[in-house]
Amino acid sequence: MKLKSLVIALAVGLGAVSAFAQASGPVKIGFITDMSSLYADIDGPAGGEMIKWAAQDFGGKVLGRPIEVLTADHQNKADVASSKAREWIDKDGLSVLIGGTNSGTSLAMAKVAAEKKRPFISIGAGSARLTNEDCTPYTVHYAYDTVALAKVAGTALVKAGNKSWYFLTADYAFGHSLEGDAATVVKANGGTVAGTVRHPLNASDFSAFLLQAQSSKAQILGLANAGGDFTNAMKAAKEFGITKSMKVAGLLVFINDVHSLGLANTEGLQLADSWYWNQDDASRKFSKRFFDKYKRMPSSLQAADYSAAANYLKAVQTAGTTDADKVMSTLKTMKFDDFYSKGQIRTDGRMVHDMYLYQVKGAKESSTPWDYYKMVAKVPGEQAFTTVAESKCSVFKK
Amino acid sequence: MEIFGIPHQAFLGQLLLGLVNGAFYALLSLGLAVIFGLLGIVNFAHGALYMLGAFAAWIMLDKLGINYWVALVLAPLTVGALGVVIERLFLKHLYKLDPLYGLLLTFGLALIAEGIFRELYGVSGQNYNVPELLSGATNLGFMTLPNYRAWVVLVSLVVCLGTWFLIEKTRLGAYLRAGTENAALVQAFGINVPMMVMLTYGAGAALAALAGVLAAPIIQVNPLMGSNLIIVVFAVVVIGGMGSILGSVITGLGLGLIEGMTRVFYPEASNIVVFVIMVIVLMVRPAGLFGKEA
Repeated sequence: MKLKSLVIALAVGLGAVSAFAQASGPVKIGFITDMSSLYADIDGPAGGEMIKWAAQDFGGKVLGRPIEVLTADHQNKADVASSKAREWIDKDGLSVLIGGTNSGTSLAMAKVAAEKKRPFISIGAGSARLTNEDCTPYTVHYAYDTVALAKVAGTALVKAGNKSWYFLTADYAFGHSLEGDAATVVKANGGTVAGTVRHPLNASDFSAFLLQAQSSKAQILGLANAGGDFTNAMKAAKEFGITKSMKVAGLLVFINDVHSLGLANTEGLQLADSWYWNQDDASRKFSKRFFDKYKRMPSSLQAADYSAAANYLKAVQTAGTTDADKVMSTLKTMKFDDFYSKGQIRTDGRMVHDMYLYQVKGAKESSTPWDYYKMVAKVPGEQAFTTVAESKCSVFKK
Repeated sequence: MEIFGIPHQAFLGQLLLGLVNGAFYALLSLGLAVIFGLLGIVNFAHGALYMLGAFAAWIMLDKLGINYWVALVLAPLTVGALGVVIERLFLKHLYKLDPLYGLLLTFGLALIAEGIFRELYGVSGQNYNVPELLSGATNLGFMTLPNYRAWVVLVSLVVCLGTWFLIEKTRLGAYLRAGTENAALVQAFGINVPMMVMLTYGAGAALAALAGVLAAPIIQVNPLMGSNLIIVVFAVVVIGGMGSILGSVITGLGLGLIEGMTRVFYPEASNIVVFVIMVIVLMVRPAGLFGKEA
């Protein structure tokens, strides 16, 4: 009996502490991403640092409460990501969760955040499911998604006369949705899909797959993969002379990949992205600060990490509270305008902003270090992302 | 002409590519087999040594201006020397213990090496260009084979046969084999067994590094490149028979071919076909295809 009352007292006490923490302790921003494996360069520890910069630049305080940034490595495991998110929300009274690379982990964290009623901002993850069939009232998909990549890169290429496509696809959830979204775009624009070959994640050798692609006689080789798989496939395509008979389209390419391969291996490659470090003065200023610390230029994800955290803090300031529902409705009425993008978050959580089609420069055109892209087209957000009519998100059901 | 519904040109091309990959498996599993056969160490650091070989070549070219041909010799020597240090500092204390300890130690070393290089160079990978002399490709009629890949097969075969000859057919090899059977007795004949074992581990490490240098122009030089490969190579060694040198070479080449075929007929299974074969071999011949039944 004594034990039971002790337990109850403790539970009540702890509950009171965490409720107290939420109202007046530090405002905690949690960031969970791949810190050590294949996606660690495009986001990773530097992405976490960007969120800290955003907090510092905001003055280190919001609503008179100090801002604290927590980071964790999900090791590309969905269960690690969701249990860490749960722990932070339950024990640390987290105010907002920011999700990094890997769609599997983001889908898992979105569920936890919805269940616990906390805003969840997904940045590094690609799968468009986050704001489509798996949308929640608390999810924001901030930077890009597989639909936007497919629409921006795919439409431009098909319209330029590249009608027949062959896909080389990473054999897991992300690769499948990227391939599916791209194939839809190709067909919608009057193109055809000559075939598909699926390779295991982290494949060591691509030559066999590339040979099959080549014998298809398609005009475009669409690479529906990312990171190391993309760079190794691209390198082998060059080595085997595939690039002479086919045009290669990388469906998810980050500037780190281009830097890693070098311009000699990537010249002429067209790619879609949400941001490029050299696009305007504000971006260059941000990137210089990043470069001074990391000796490389930021990826679009790292820029988005900063932008998302800064805009979240603004929303908290405006709403005058960290209450999830109030902050979410403030976020969805705000108009964002910063160095990263101009845009607005739709009811389904999709942050709609312009996307860009870039082409990798040749070595001769590149005048300064990291001067890699020239802009081919700017695609308005309404055309780039899933439209309300196409969406399967429940909030749009009349 | 078609073979199983695949045009025979494509079929030949895939066979050849399988052989190229098999050459890597052979070279890597050879080093593992030598180390296990002569030292009884299950060397989980082999993938990391392979990665170190590739990085050594890249650092030599990028920072020191040392070209591919020199790196082909210098990188394995450097990593081999590192292997000697590892043997002296750590492994020599473990020979009397269960092989599990050696496995855990080498696994830990591999994680440390990967962590250091990840911290220094990130995970995006570094680009290493194919040396001038071997760039370009030859049209074989049924496919265009990059000259560099042909070179890889050639080097790998020469090194594998050389190692097999050294261990099975020379006096030095006889000492090595005798030393692993009964070290005390061989030592009594005046042969420095600890030194021999040390150099063997160094040689095994150098073989892994050589594979790394050969791979550098083909794939991005990346701290994680070893861990992606090591599990397959272990499966090759298990199928060939732990410790069997000729077995590991033949199995390496054979599995490369089978994997290549899988990429044509059922690409999704290409990264597990080796393990399916491993399971079957373990059920039928637990000592491996070329292993001696205990």
